[in-house]
This record gives sequence, C-alpha cells and structure tokens, in this order.
Amino acid sequence: MTTPSESPLIRTRDLVKAYPMEQGRLVALNRVNLTFEKGEFAGLVGPSGSGKTTLLNIVGSLDQPTEGSAEVLGHRIETLSHAEAAELRSRHIGFIFQTHNLFPVYTVFENVEFPLLVLGMPAALRTQAVRDALDWVKLGDRANSKPAQLSGGQSQRVAIARAIVKRPALVLADEPTANLDAENSRRILETMVQLNRDLQTTFLFATHDDKVIRHLRRTIRLNDGSVVADTSTEPTPQLAGYRP
Amino acid sequence: MIRFLAKGLWRDPTRSLFPFLTVTTGAMVTVLMQTYLAGISSNLSWSSARFSSGHVKVISRAAAKAGDRASNELALAGVNQLLEGLRRDAPDLAWAPRIRFGGLIDVPDDQGLTKAQAPVAGLGVELIRADAPDRPVLALESAIVRGRAPVAPGEALISEDLARHLNIGPGAKATLIGSTMHGAMATANFTIAGTLRFGVRAMDRGTMVADIRDIQRALEMDDAAGELLGFYPDTLYRRAAAESTADSFNARHARDADEFGPTMVAMSRLPGIVEFLDLTDRVSVGIVAAFTFVMSIVLWNAGLIGTLRRYGEIGVRLAFGEDKGRLYRAMLLESLLIGLVGSVVGTLLALGPAYWLQSRGWDIGYMMQNASLMIQTVIRAQITPATFVIGFLPGLLATGIGTAVSGRGIYNRQTASLMKELEV
Repeated sequence: MTTPSESPLIRTRDLVKAYPMEQGRLVALNRVNLTFEKGEFAGLVGPSGSGKTTLLNIVGSLDQPTEGSAEVLGHRIETLSHAEAAELRSRHIGFIFQTHNLFPVYTVFENVEFPLLVLGMPAALRTQAVRDALDWVKLGDRANSKPAQLSGGQSQRVAIARAIVKRPALVLADEPTANLDAENSRRILETMVQLNRDLQTTFLFATHDDKVIRHLRRTIRLNDGSVVADTSTEPTPQLAGYRP
Repeated sequence: MIRFLAKGLWRDPTRSLFPFLTVTTGAMVTVLMQTYLAGISSNLSWSSARFSSGHVKVISRAAAKAGDRASNELALAGVNQLLEGLRRDAPDLAWAPRIRFGGLIDVPDDQGLTKAQAPVAGLGVELIRADAPDRPVLALESAIVRGRAPVAPGEALISEDLARHLNIGPGAKATLIGSTMHGAMATANFTIAGTLRFGVRAMDRGTMVADIRDIQRALEMDDAAGELLGFYPDTLYRRAAAESTADSFNARHARDADEFGPTMVAMSRLPGIVEFLDLTDRVSVGIVAAFTFVMSIVLWNAGLIGTLRRYGEIGVRLAFGEDKGRLYRAMLLESLLIGLVGSVVGTLLALGPAYWLQSRGWDIGYMMQNASLMIQTVIRAQITPATFVIGFLPGLLATGIGTAVSGRGIYNRQTASLMKELEV
C-alpha cells in the first residue's frame, strides 16, 4: 500500500452517512466536501451529535460512507474490504482516544511498540523507533514503567507516542484532552504541535474543547452533519516560533 | 507477536490462571480416569487370563481350529524347545505350560476299593519349581483352604467343594482315571496335599491341580502341553504389545505348514474378551468426550469474561490495524498456549499417582474382609501409551472450542463504534 504524493491527503466528496431508523433515517453527515493537505493541524468542532466522530471514523477507515466518497491517502474508503481498511490503519493512520487506553499489563515501551508489531517491523528497528517516539513525548526515562505508575497526562503522552511511533501520515485524535486538566492539556498540545512541525504529521481532531481549538490552524465547524464554517487561524501566542 | 502475547499471559494471572487451572484439572482427571479404567479393564480381564487365555497363548493350529472342543490329542509337541524360544524372543512375558484334562477321581478305602468317585476338570501346571510363574498367577498360596501347596511329585490339590463332596482332606490318596493324548486309558495315584478355592465358580466345582510333570507322565505327554500361556508379570494386559508379540510369533512360524505347529493368540483377539476390551475403550473415549464438553463450556464462559475484560484492549488493537482474523487467531493461539501448558502440567501431575497405583496398587482388602464377592482387592491403574496424549485432547480441544465460540464477538464487533466504545 503506497501513498500517492500528488493528491491531497484526505478528500471527501458529497459524503453522506445515514443510519436507518424505525421511521426514515438519521443523517449524521450531509454532503460533506472537505480537503486536507499533508501537514495540516486541523480540527472538527461542533456540539455533540454534529457528526465529528462519524467523519473521523470514516476518514480513519473504521466506517464507510452511505453515499459519496472519502479518499484517504489515495484509497477510496467505500471500496476497501475489512482487511484492506485494517492495512490502511496499521500503516498510515494513528489514533489518539479520549482516554489513553493503554494495555495495563505491558510496560510503556511495550505499549508504544505494539503498532510496530502489527506491522511486522524487525526488532532492532522497532527498538529504535520506540525510543525515538518516547523521546519526542519526553518519556524516555519511563520506558519500563507500567501505565498504572503514570499520571493521566503522562499516560496520554504515551498514547501519543503509540500513535506516532510508526510515523503515520495522519493522526486522528478524538477529544484527546477531555480527561486532562489545563496544564496537562497544554503540554499534550505542545507535543502534538511539535510533532506536526518536526515530522510533518497531519493531525485531525474531533473536539469541542476550547483549549484544543485555540491551537488549531484550521477549524471546520459542523452542525447537524453539515459543514457550516471552515476557517484558518494563526498559531497561538504560547506556541510562538512555530512555523507551519 | 507471540512473545508479546506470552508476556501478557504471564503477567496477567486473571487472563491465564483460571483457564490454566481448568485445563490442568481436566487433563489430570482425564489421565487419572484413563489409567484407572485401563487398570480396571486389565484387572477384570485378569480372571480370564490367569485361568484360561493368558495374556497371550500358544496352542497348536489344530487346537486353535477346534476351539473349545480341542482335546489333548491336539496338544503341542516339542514344548521345551518352544519355551526356550519364547523366553528368548518375548522376555517381557512369563511363560507357563499347562495341560487341561478331564477324568474321574477315585478315592479308595482301606482295602483299596472305591470309597468315593467324582468327575474332575484338571489342570496340570508347574507347581513344584519354586520360581514357576503359575504359582503367583494362580495365587495358589492364598487360594489354599486346607493343607499346603504340593512340594513333591505325586502331590495334588483339589477344590474344597470337591474334597467335601468326596469327604476327604489333606493327606488322602486318590487316583486319577483319564485318557492319554493318544486315546488310551490312563491312571495315576496322587496324594492330596491340600484343598483350594479360587473364588471363581467354574474353577471351584470339581477341579484338580497337579504338577505338569506328573500329568505329562500320566497322560503320556512327554515334552507336550496343551497350551503355553504368556503373562505380563505385573498382571496388566498390554493390548498393543500382546498383539504385536503374537503377530511376530505367527510371522516367524508362517512357513511351518504343520497343522500341529504352534500359533499364538493374544487375549484381546479371543471372542468375548475383545468386545469387553473394546467396551472399556469406548467408555474411556466417552469420559474424555464428556470432560472435553464440560471444560469447553467452562472455558467458553471464561473466554467471554476475558473478552469483556479485554474489551478496551481488543478495541485498540482493531483501531491500530490488527485484522479481525489475525486478532481472532492470536486469541486462539493464546488459549492453545494455555491449553498446551495446562495439559502438560495436568498429565505430569496425574502420572505420579497413576504410576503409584500401577506399581503399588491400592489394597482395599480391609474393606472387603467379609465380602462374598471374589474380585481382586488391589485396585491398580495402568499407564498405557494413550496416557501420555489423552490429557491433551480435552486440554487443547476445550480451550480451542471455548475461545473459538467466545471470540466470535470479535467478528460481530462494529469497528465503526470503536471511537465511542473507547471513550471510557
């Protein structure tokens, strides 16, 4: 599975996602047309039920559209089999969830190593990649700790390391700061901004957290499944010196 | 990835301990039951073996053809040479020559006239030689009711019932009136050394047991015997080994076309016995199947609980691109690993008591002192080649089936819901 370089990273065309109901159907996404280029730091914002997570699911190849198309890294999501979708996720997409969802019986190192095991990467390369990822999130000294020995912020940083260890082209983060206090949220976001800058990793958030929204360079506002605004903003003052 | 899974199993006892204990217990009980049933089967067939069939039996082809109607006219000749060959070629068996004979036993009075007379079914066995295998096989010492075992030529034992019928006891003189192997009349005098009761009705009605040399002399059967019985010294029947010994023996003697030439029959190939042994085999299979079924249900439930406990982990693994099939196979591999280790441990744990029961036995005689049942009072197990693998059937099958059924939830899980499900 290769990544074509010419086309945009993500392109949706007249994307519709509807769920059958007893009477009629519930439209979660209504003719969404969006394009994301490599290296973007963008967010889907809006109230609950606006379609943020549904769009993230489709872009992450966890779900398929009802109508229209979603092209991610050159792959038409609506045509992928389960195995092909899993292959796309394993190679090119990293996920960060609302809670860290680390494997409790494994060490920090082993948790971060897991996506590379799925990829079948040789052990020597794996070890180096995990060390690099832990250094990026400044947790190199906690490699042998268990998740239970970490704070909430540290655990979420391990989850970020796990998402970016395979150097994915795209990281999808669903409310990544929802369970964190302001200070930890700031650190997490700084980490993600730095990764976006250093690795050119595209970050796409689903959030209604103002702390996150303030750091986004592009904000797509959804309401009732439709895009109601798509705006680009400057980086926040706290991240001065950052250049996209 | 296998190391990764193994680490998880090792570090998370709740993931592995319950299935491991279930499999270990199931494998252990299965192995113990199999060895116990094999021992019971051997013990029950021992009654037939010690009086009639041996574990293997060498007879003439003519006698084999005649079956129950065979007489001493069809006996084996050249027995000493045959025995030498058998002791050399099948040293794991103890070989005992025997002659069965029928006739009348005549008890004279002081004037030498007949005082009492009765038909007897006799058995000529090696009695006098101290290390004769038939002494322990027939358990003569414990079967003697009055008197003692013969120690010199011309001494014989008769059943207690017969002795009472004839109104004689140890020290009495008796004459056996029978026929030689050539059909002529034969007579021989004996001194009754003792009376016996085997506890087997057919043997206790009118039996006479005498030394085979005396019977050979009386019936003109020099260097001849009706049959040569082979016994495994520990009394446990080894079906495969016995049949293999018989096949080898018969193959070696296949070129000898003489109808009085020897042929060997394994006990398990005799009518009636084969059905009994097959029945115990089927019971063993039934027990293994029942254990596999019960353990599958237990492990299915354990698998369901485990899948629920690991719902988050499985969700993350799916989200990170682990294919459902691969995840399902990984869970199967985990459970088979537990099944394998549990089966090995369960089998090893069972082999200890099984070996003890096989070699030492459990004597329940003190519980049966006043019982009228004539059964062996030492319960023995028997370790067979199947013992080493039978525990793996429920161990691996149950874990495999249990996980296969409980793991179906992975296929039914909607990946579209992962984001929501992982927002705990």
